[in-house]
Amino acid sequence: MGDLLDALSVALKAGLGFQAIFFGLLAIGINVQFGYTGLLNFGQIAFAMLGGFGIAVSVSQWGLSFWVGVLVGLLAAVVLALLLGLPTLRLRADYLAIATIAAAEGLRLLFRSVSATPVTGGTRGLAAFNRDFIALAPWETGKRYSFLGTTWSGAELWVMLVGWVVVALGCVLVWLLMRSPWGRVVKSVREDEDAVRALGKNVYVYKMQALVLGGVFGALGGMIYAVGTGSAIPDQYQNANTFLAYAALILGGAARVLGPVIGAMLLLFLIQFADTLLRTLISNGVIPEGLFTATDVAAIRFVLVGLGLMLLLVFRPQGIFGDRREVMLDAR
Amino acid sequence: MTHAGNRARRHGRRSGPDGSPHRSPGRRRSRRPHGTVVRALLVLAFGLGLTAFTPGIAQAEGEAVAGTLQTSLSGPIEGVEVLVESVDGERIDEVESDENGRWSVDLPGPGQYVVSIDADDLPEGVTLSGEESRTVTVAEGRRQPVNLGLEDGSRGAGGGGVRAVQLLVDGLRFGLLIAMCAVGLSLIFGTTGLTNFAHGELVTIGAVVAWYINIQGGVPLIPATLLAMVVGGAVGALNELGIWRPLRRRGTGLVAALVVSIGLSLVLRYGIQIFYGGRSSPYGQYQSQRAVDYGLFNLTNRALFSIVISVVVLVLVALMLQRTKIGKAMRAVSDNRDLAASSGIDVNRVIMVVWVMGAGLAALGGVLLGLSDQVQWDMGFRLLLLMFAGVTLGGLGTAYGALVGSLVVGVFVQMSTLVIPDDMKYVGGLLLLIVILVIRPQGILGSRARIG
Repeated sequence: MGDLLDALSVALKAGLGFQAIFFGLLAIGINVQFGYTGLLNFGQIAFAMLGGFGIAVSVSQWGLSFWVGVLVGLLAAVVLALLLGLPTLRLRADYLAIATIAAAEGLRLLFRSVSATPVTGGTRGLAAFNRDFIALAPWETGKRYSFLGTTWSGAELWVMLVGWVVVALGCVLVWLLMRSPWGRVVKSVREDEDAVRALGKNVYVYKMQALVLGGVFGALGGMIYAVGTGSAIPDQYQNANTFLAYAALILGGAARVLGPVIGAMLLLFLIQFADTLLRTLISNGVIPEGLFTATDVAAIRFVLVGLGLMLLLVFRPQGIFGDRREVMLDAR
Repeated sequence: MTHAGNRARRHGRRSGPDGSPHRSPGRRRSRRPHGTVVRALLVLAFGLGLTAFTPGIAQAEGEAVAGTLQTSLSGPIEGVEVLVESVDGERIDEVESDENGRWSVDLPGPGQYVVSIDADDLPEGVTLSGEESRTVTVAEGRRQPVNLGLEDGSRGAGGGGVRAVQLLVDGLRFGLLIAMCAVGLSLIFGTTGLTNFAHGELVTIGAVVAWYINIQGGVPLIPATLLAMVVGGAVGALNELGIWRPLRRRGTGLVAALVVSIGLSLVLRYGIQIFYGGRSSPYGQYQSQRAVDYGLFNLTNRALFSIVISVVVLVLVALMLQRTKIGKAMRAVSDNRDLAASSGIDVNRVIMVVWVMGAGLAALGGVLLGLSDQVQWDMGFRLLLLMFAGVTLGGLGTAYGALVGSLVVGVFVQMSTLVIPDDMKYVGGLLLLIVILVIRPQGILGSRARIG
């Protein structure tokens, strides 16, 4: 019973911590792209990587201020979105999917390569760039605070506070946008591109705007992640994270303002809970060593995520809050 | 969510076939496919360096360090000062290399010694590839060869022509391998419209199954490969029967199916990781082959056979598509599914055959990939993006397009190392993919109508 409570508190911490914010922001971005506009961006993690490294490189390599780093990260994400969107947005949906996943993997390989080491720190990445940001916290960052059975350092709380404020602002922005004329056009692009074109709208431009906006959310997520971990390492930005964000979005409900946020919190809670519980059960000997060992747990959770993603899409594509009619699942 | 770290931490769990735990932590990403091959080829092709061979009889009387200074362009290097010191800086001796580039220093006893040369002594165009000094441990009574690692700058310069041929051949081998894996991907896309992100896992499954049969089961690799192809085909059939046929019957949209395939890819990939572990291990045979010199390029026999097998298999596939009834039916279904159905073709049966064949070929490709690199749990996923590049380049959904496109991608990836560093060659391949989408999105052999 005590183990269960421990697992719950660890999971609660994961569901509220900066990782949930990270996936929440990634999923908000994907929601704009996939949920509302119907674009398949499978390289969201690349935008996050540019965001994180935008800060890291600017601060620790170029000696610029933290806020310039934020700008650099956002700008890099916009440029990437334009580069990816220009060739692919006129084509069928899966071309964008392939191009974005390729770009994400390619960028990661580039960032971790030996030639990029003078800039990105190669496989070891960069660290010590978030001091200016942490110093802004209005409370003592070294102390530990506890509530609801979870303990947090002051720095963690500060990152969390800023992160959730960014998430809230993002949600408000998406909410306002989607009830604006722009949002209506974007949603009709998802439903029937040709009809929108027939009404005289430039579908290409709307898609591009949605791609850029979603990419910016991804970059913000990456920044929170980089500040939260205090380091930027290319291998943190694996492709599988994009699919975790997709799972979060679909779990919460695509094309809903709060869908991605709730989805991310819930997903991280569930993953962490399963993770801790499995580790406990293995160390207790309830699950025999021969079946799984503690090192398998990290892989098991991806198996669970994959399985969950499949089952959700087959049996409940609208997730918890979604509306089945609003979920873009038919490509041309 | 730093599962990179988690991956790196996964070591030391399962034992190797001989019961010894063998794998190195954190090596996962540092070993790029073909890295070793290319590196080995580089060594041979622009042959640098200095051989540590000192032909002759080991001196009976005591310990010594010795080596040869030469590169393929400069030949043996004469008159370079070699200084040998003990680790605490005590000078033992200083000698010059003779007209054959050889040098040797007798030592007072076993232990650690520092061997250094002065880079300024080296002739024009020859540089040190590493540090100026090496620390070597000399065992009792041993004549220890020391490799100081010289480069003659033949990269891009004098040896460039030969190196380009070498990379071309290696690229062809790699491209044929991608093609074999990608034919199934392209045919599945053509017949069902599914962009199957789980196709890379079919490659991994082939390699891993063959590894288990070969290493744990003790079966020679060739029958093990055939068995792995059968298992791979069966997995393909299970895919179709268990997931995709029911989903088609439910009328699941293409995007939904695509995301389902990503979920499946995650399940299979990390399932394989749990089962097989995070290590990379070689097959039991054909590992210690030396490259054979063919004049302009060198090739190990296993690489040669990989090329031969791929060519034969791909020609057979082409013949099947062109001549046999089922092949024609496949092309018909790819072209227009409804029309094919209404002219009496059993579409579901055709799709089934495509799955079994595609998965079997992917399994074979996986074994060949595992032979040239090693067997790893995510080898297929890493190949998947290059497969996509090849298939897109050739034209999505066309079988021959996948072949042509994959060849181009394979050659491009290998040849690009002429210009860009070795660890960035995949970046080049993925960049190529994006450039293709700009210039000719329908691919080389694709038709304009398909791309929307």
